[in-house]
Amino acid sequence: MSFVFYLLTALTIAGGLAAVLLKNTIHCALALTVAFLGLALLFLNLDAQFAGFAQILVYIGAVAILVVFAILLTKGSETPTDGVFSHSWLAGLGVAAAVFATLGWAVLSSVRVLPHETSVPTATVAEIGNALMGRYVLALEIVAVLLTLAMIGAVIVAINEKAGSK
Amino acid sequence: MTPLAGYLLVAALLFSIGLAGALTRRNAILVLIGIELMLNAANLNLIAFWRYGPHPEALTGMMFAIFSIAVAAAEAAVGLGLVIQIHRHAKTTDLDQMNRMKG
Repeated sequence: MSFVFYLLTALTIAGGLAAVLLKNTIHCALALTVAFLGLALLFLNLDAQFAGFAQILVYIGAVAILVVFAILLTKGSETPTDGVFSHSWLAGLGVAAAVFATLGWAVLSSVRVLPHETSVPTATVAEIGNALMGRYVLALEIVAVLLTLAMIGAVIVAINEKAGSK
Repeated sequence: MTPLAGYLLVAALLFSIGLAGALTRRNAILVLIGIELMLNAANLNLIAFWRYGPHPEALTGMMFAIFSIAVAAAEAAVGLGLVIQIHRHAKTTDLDQMNRMKG
C-alpha cells in the first residue's frame, strides 16, 4: 500500500462524497468529475493505461458534459428550498451502510485467498487492439450496435414532439 | 492487507456512496450520478482483479472493464434523455413528486 494509493483513494472518495452530498446540482456534477479523475488515476496506478485514458475520454470528456447539459436543460441547478434529500433518506442510508458492511466483511474475510501476482502485466494498445479484433470481435460489434441504438434512442426520447410537429 | 484487498475496499466504499446517493437524493439527475459512481466502482474491481489475478496476459478483466465503460456511456445517454423528457412532461425532476405512471 503506497502513499500514491492513499492519495488517489482520498481524492476519489472525497469526490464521490461531494457528488452525493452537495446541495447545488452543478457542484455535484463537478465533484463527479473529480471522482472520475481519481478513478482514472487509480486505473493508471494499476498499470491499466488504456482503461485509464478511456476513463478520462469517456467519463470526463463525455458523460460529465452530458450530465451538465442535462442539468442546464432541466433547470436542475436551482436548489430546492425544502431540502435535496428524499423523505425516505434514512432507509436509503441504512441500505447503503448494510451493503458496505457486507462487501467489506466479504473482502476482509477472504484476504488470504485473494490472488496476489507480483509481476507487472503489460497491456499495450496493440495487444488490446488485436484482442478486440480477434477473440472479442463479436462483443465489439454488439457494443457498436448498442452504442448506435442508444444514440438514436436518446435522440428519439429527448426530441421535442410539439416543436417537431409544427 | 494486500493491495488487491485495498482496491476492493475502495471500490466497495465508492459503490456504497453511489448507492446512498441513488437512494436518498430527490433530483433524478443526482440518482443517475449515483448509478454512474456504482458502475465505476465495479470497473475498479475488474481492473484490480486483472492486475493482481493470474494470467493478466489474457486481458479478460481489462476487456470487461472497457466494454463496461462503453455500456455505461450508452446508459448515461439514454437515462439523461429520459430525464429531459420527464422534465418536459412533468415540469419537475423531483422524484418525490413523480408518483404516478399515467401520462
